[in-house]
Amino acid sequence: MRKDLLSEKTVALKPSGIRKFFDIVSEMTDAISLGVGEPDFDTPWHVRKAGIASLEQGKTFYTSNSGLKELRQEIDNYMQRTMGLSYDADKEILITVGGSEGIDIMLRAMCNPGDEVIIPEPSYVSYVPCTIMAGGTPVTIDLQNENNFRLQPEELEKAITPRSKILILPFPNNPTGAVMERKDLEKLIDIIIKNDLYVLSDEIYAELTYTGNSHVSIAQLPGMRERTVIVNGFSKAYAMTGWRLGYACGPAEILEQMRKIHQYCIMCAPTTAQYAAIEAIKNGDEDVVMMRDSYNERRRFVLHMLQEMGLPCFEPLGAFYVFPCVKEFGMTSEEFATRLLEEEKVAIVPGTAFGDSGEGFLRISYAYSVESLREALSRLRSFIERLRAEKRA
Amino acid sequence: MTKMEKQLLQIMENNSRISVKEAAALLGEKEIDVANKLKELEEKNVICGYNTMIDWDKTGIDMVTALIEVRVTPQRSKGFDDIAERIYKYPEVNTAYLISGGFDLMLILEGKSLKQVSEFVTNKLAVEEEVLSTKTHFILKRYKDHGTVMAGREHDKREKVTA
Repeated sequence: MRKDLLSEKTVALKPSGIRKFFDIVSEMTDAISLGVGEPDFDTPWHVRKAGIASLEQGKTFYTSNSGLKELRQEIDNYMQRTMGLSYDADKEILITVGGSEGIDIMLRAMCNPGDEVIIPEPSYVSYVPCTIMAGGTPVTIDLQNENNFRLQPEELEKAITPRSKILILPFPNNPTGAVMERKDLEKLIDIIIKNDLYVLSDEIYAELTYTGNSHVSIAQLPGMRERTVIVNGFSKAYAMTGWRLGYACGPAEILEQMRKIHQYCIMCAPTTAQYAAIEAIKNGDEDVVMMRDSYNERRRFVLHMLQEMGLPCFEPLGAFYVFPCVKEFGMTSEEFATRLLEEEKVAIVPGTAFGDSGEGFLRISYAYSVESLREALSRLRSFIERLRAEKRA
Repeated sequence: MTKMEKQLLQIMENNSRISVKEAAALLGEKEIDVANKLKELEEKNVICGYNTMIDWDKTGIDMVTALIEVRVTPQRSKGFDDIAERIYKYPEVNTAYLISGGFDLMLILEGKSLKQVSEFVTNKLAVEEEVLSTKTHFILKRYKDHGTVMAGREHDKREKVTA
């Protein structure tokens, strides 16, 4: 075999921490998992019907590269009614294969070798590898528990160098559940504009915001629409993860290049999923409210249980994760998660799967039934009570 | 009705055995407030009772369920209420509705056997003066009841751990 068989850049990428944990868990068939990063609802029935109907009608061909025009127009309507932002359906909206494709091609459309991409962590696993694959240089910021894992202006300023180009804003955040409210975003915009940064705003969890106010995008703030690409999708808001459908909205000159990459790699997003998505975004508002209310109940339930067992956790106001701190036990997150799995058969993902600054934390997903949450968290409770007793002895 | 009351009712309807403490946690309310609210809703008869969903088919105990359509003559000044009351007071009658459309009352009956149900219909129901006609449907299979799929809970179709 030749020595240079594989791409050095690819080989050098770290395998996802999630993957490693997944391999351990999948061998344990009787484990209860709180480790899933997707909704526990089935896609609403009327949305599935729309997908089925499109198949029955033989709508089984490619769509235009950008995606169905009707869907792009509905996305524009949605952006207008939820955030007061308008995007040109032809030039400023692109339908992608999940939000993940949007992240990848936005970085590829913008990065020149050595361009720095600022990535607040803990955050979703793909930002760093996608940046590297795009030829950019990832610069991570360790978000802090005491700030409720919100990005602070000083932290951003410290990370900026003359090579800084893109800031990724992953809020509401996976894995911490942190959000950035309007006041938090406002503190960043002067720095962003002064340093001529562009923003990749990953808003896949936008609909799952429990602040009492709806989600605010940085693109809504003065001077920011023209320097922000919003990546969003149908997976989390409409429980459509398996359909693999997302979209990107942003300035035409960036979207034009993204469309080019998308055209060569993907051609177009899955047609059936696009028809289902039209139904979701047009007639799915009630489903979103129902699911959000249900997650919010479970969010409060989990926080309450954590509080009862004395596990410190800031109040996360978005997504469907809580991010408690387990530093008191003097183990790494991974050790803690592994022992919890072995001793109590509960799978919870260690915070370090989402960046080094996740050390000392766990990501608990509450996209589970109350019964499963109750059972898994009681086991977590017995586990930590045992650890505390060991420590005292 | 406040949003909290509505949510509380939905939680109770879904699982009436949930503890006050857990219901309070789900709602983000104080336990005492939830306990008082439940008492109030019970007193107002908004919460009329707490039942258990049982799939008798799985018990081996003989049980048949019948839906009975009843056409009746309403009485002057009393409408349907009087005759409805006379009928629903029979312990055999599990559920009684006044219905729009082709007939007037819909009864749900549970009996040990077809014979027992038909005896009720012929000996007790049909002989009521206001009852014009009845039509009895026997339930062959319950797929879903009160939002619960009788076949059992679906297993989690998701992968165990995902990013």
